[in-house]
Amino acid sequence: MAEYEIRDTVDITDVVCPVTFVKAKVALEELEAGDILSIHLNGGEPVQNVPRSLKEEGHKVLKLLEREDGTYDLLVRKGED
Amino acid sequence: MAVDYAALKAGGFMRQKQKDTFSLRLRVVGGTVTTEQLAAIQAVADRFGQGYIHLTSRQGVEIPFIRLNDIDAVKAALAEGGVSPGVCGPRVRTVTACQGGRCCPSGCIDALQVAQNLDERYFGRQLPHKFKFGVTGCQNNCLKAEENDFGVKGALAVSWKEEPCILCGVCEKACRSGAISIEDGRIQVDESKCNYCGRCAQSCPTDAWETESAFLVSFGGSFGNTVAPGRQLLPLIRDSETLYRVADAAVEFFAENAQPGERLFKTLDRVGWDKLKEKVEAAYNG
Repeated sequence: MAEYEIRDTVDITDVVCPVTFVKAKVALEELEAGDILSIHLNGGEPVQNVPRSLKEEGHKVLKLLEREDGTYDLLVRKGED
Repeated sequence: MAVDYAALKAGGFMRQKQKDTFSLRLRVVGGTVTTEQLAAIQAVADRFGQGYIHLTSRQGVEIPFIRLNDIDAVKAALAEGGVSPGVCGPRVRTVTACQGGRCCPSGCIDALQVAQNLDERYFGRQLPHKFKFGVTGCQNNCLKAEENDFGVKGALAVSWKEEPCILCGVCEKACRSGAISIEDGRIQVDESKCNYCGRCAQSCPTDAWETESAFLVSFGGSFGNTVAPGRQLLPLIRDSETLYRVADAAVEFFAENAQPGERLFKTLDRVGWDKLKEKVEAAYNG
């Protein structure tokens, strides 16, 4: 993860679809374009839907890292408004 | 003069328990009704019915309590709003569809367009028994394709694009059939496991998939007195021309082989599913 400077992190493992995406979106709104957010999310539906939804909002998905407990960290660079 | 109930039924007027009273079935394609049509339906239900409509189990609209003497006036009032009566009896029924790829993020095909094409080709066509078409946009199968005599299911044929891919692995997680693996920095798709659901491409955050809309077709479904899901007899259909050629073959097979009052699955149980398979395979191969 060293190659990316992470500005902030958000945990969306405590909510379910569609709040997962909303929570990630709110966290991104706090950042400047170009900043990187690390999103902690569950496998299953969140990992299948959230990366794509963020892309459709104009953000850039950089990396998906799997943790040992089966959850993920998704690194996203905030897009221009 | 004697009332020709069969002719009325064929024209969408369903005889009610109450004397000289009909529930009028309307022609609806793919569950889509315009606001102009709704206004006409509302006016007729208020003036000639009892101020309500019934939504049928197959996306139809019926206006109950139409009186025999009002039938012509009702038809004229509906026609002004672009609404026509539906059908019942031994013929091709309402063609159903989900919203498909026009609105739904999961949709692999334009389900409404397919439904409209099928409706245009076959709606109301006289056959030995009822014949139902249903079109669902993807493998979530919201429209229950296999309930129909001829069910169409949207699918995606996919191929990986190396350049935009960041090897994030989302597609591997999204795939429910275990067809995707990452080996030496490349995405591998095991064609023998792929079920063309398209979840890999739809979940991809970098558009690293080439996709092509396609169809999976099922035959001989029935969910009435006998419940029997339709069976898939053909591989993936990759273009509309082939789809309609196969549909033509299935309808023709039913017209030629079914006895009066016999649903397709019963005909197939009697004459053999292989017979239909042979015929639709020939159509599939052009």
